[in-house]
Amino acid sequence: MNTSLTLGAGLGLKADHYEAAFDCAAKGVWFEVHPENYMIDGGPRLAWLETIGSRHPLSLHGVSLSLAADCAPDVEHLQRLKTLIDRVQPALVSEHLAWSTWRGQYHPDLLPFPRTGQALQRIADNIQHTQDVLQRRIAVENPSHYVQLEGHACSEIEFLAELSARTGCGLLLDINNVFLSAHNMGYDANAYVDAFPGEAIMEIHLAGHSSDPGGAALLIDSHDAPVAEPVWALYQRLIQRVGPRPTLIERDDHIPPFGELLLERDRAQTLLEGLPCNRL
Amino acid sequence: MQPSLTDFQDLFVEALYNPEADTLTLLTDQPGFSVYRNTVMKGAVDALQANFPTVERLVGSEWFLAAAAIHARHAPPVDARLVYHGSGFPEFLDRFEHAQQMPYLGNVARLDLLWNQCHTAMEEPRVDVTRLAALTPEELARRVLKPRRAAQWIWFADQPVFTIWRHNREQTPMPETLAWHGEGALLVRSGGVVTWHALTVGECAFLDACKAGAPLELAAQQATETEPSLDMLDLLTRLVGADAFAANEPA
Repeated sequence: MNTSLTLGAGLGLKADHYEAAFDCAAKGVWFEVHPENYMIDGGPRLAWLETIGSRHPLSLHGVSLSLAADCAPDVEHLQRLKTLIDRVQPALVSEHLAWSTWRGQYHPDLLPFPRTGQALQRIADNIQHTQDVLQRRIAVENPSHYVQLEGHACSEIEFLAELSARTGCGLLLDINNVFLSAHNMGYDANAYVDAFPGEAIMEIHLAGHSSDPGGAALLIDSHDAPVAEPVWALYQRLIQRVGPRPTLIERDDHIPPFGELLLERDRAQTLLEGLPCNRL
Repeated sequence: MQPSLTDFQDLFVEALYNPEADTLTLLTDQPGFSVYRNTVMKGAVDALQANFPTVERLVGSEWFLAAAAIHARHAPPVDARLVYHGSGFPEFLDRFEHAQQMPYLGNVARLDLLWNQCHTAMEEPRVDVTRLAALTPEELARRVLKPRRAAQWIWFADQPVFTIWRHNREQTPMPETLAWHGEGALLVRSGGVVTWHALTVGECAFLDACKAGAPLELAAQQATETEPSLDMLDLLTRLVGADAFAANEPA
């Protein structure tokens, strides 16, 4: 299925918004969740996801498959993801270019690694294995960066492009991550967005960020504010080059009423619909 | 020399939890490394806060967050499904030196864990009351009643834990005097909502026997041995009314 034909701009689904999300009739709308929160046996939360999924397209955006760990993905975790996929039939499934589970412990963050040849081989194997088990293509997201790592053998874009070439996986371009990583690491966000392989992009993320409360001159991927204007500008620059792609507004903290989030989503929807090559 | 990916990840985890670690200093000396430390800690603490709301109401947010941070440093989550994080938190509170004045705190946490189990348990059809009522006394005696997975119970032998938990969960005033004796609790999800009910020791013994697969007559016998004054008909009516039993075929 060419999801770009059916998915416009979507919203991260919050428990407080279940009823409003179900009732929402906005054109192109879809909803994304972290599958980890729904890998349960039953109960009202899972029932709500199925109910909303009966009316709207869903996306499962994983945070803990730990594709960049130097080991295969956890067998039980991958099976639970497959079970959830079979249950709610999402339009999109995605994960991060990061690691979080290691030696039986889960460290709830998206952790960095040196982009070496060894890491490339390991992560390509992990993506391939994941796609084989799930029997579908996944999208892999560029993470946010806060530290300079030694030992990178290539750029992040080269690394992601090679993963896509080796495994057939798609890419999820998080433009807020590009913006704040460019600020934190000292590179040009426009150049990053321009160089990103457009044909592989299955989904785009937009979110808000904040300044480091610790006082360092860092921007933090906090998802606690509206999307910043420079991020909107990067988004427009990208979609004018690559065309419309399913676009998500992420918000995980200081969550406003549903109607307010929907207005922010409408801005992305309007931009998508206004593209010359628009097929939404 | 570039460490292997495995070595890098071992060193990174060590540096996350141990501020004194002298490995990966090129990373840990950067202000950005504390973003990872803070996020990892916040993720684990937020999960404990979400999963133990009654403990937090009982001790206050400041105390709770301090205790949760200590737990998070020593016991990172072992399941990426954070809704299940905290299975070791009750034992931690049992031993926690600053909780020695609140010896019931670990048990209050056990009831919060039980609430989560009920809330996320699989759906099961409830026992058909009309079919149950139509059984002859002999058939009823042989019938095995299987508790639903969304029905969980626990007996606390020495402490009025259910009373403490319930008043904090419901945010109602605690009784002025608290009778210091054992209490049991049944938590059941029905129609998407978890409700709670007090249980006596014999009532808990009855449910234990049912769960072990004992037919009704044997389960009742074990329950009345534990508590001779138990009114079985009243108990059965209350348990069936609370949707404690799953539909199943006669044994």
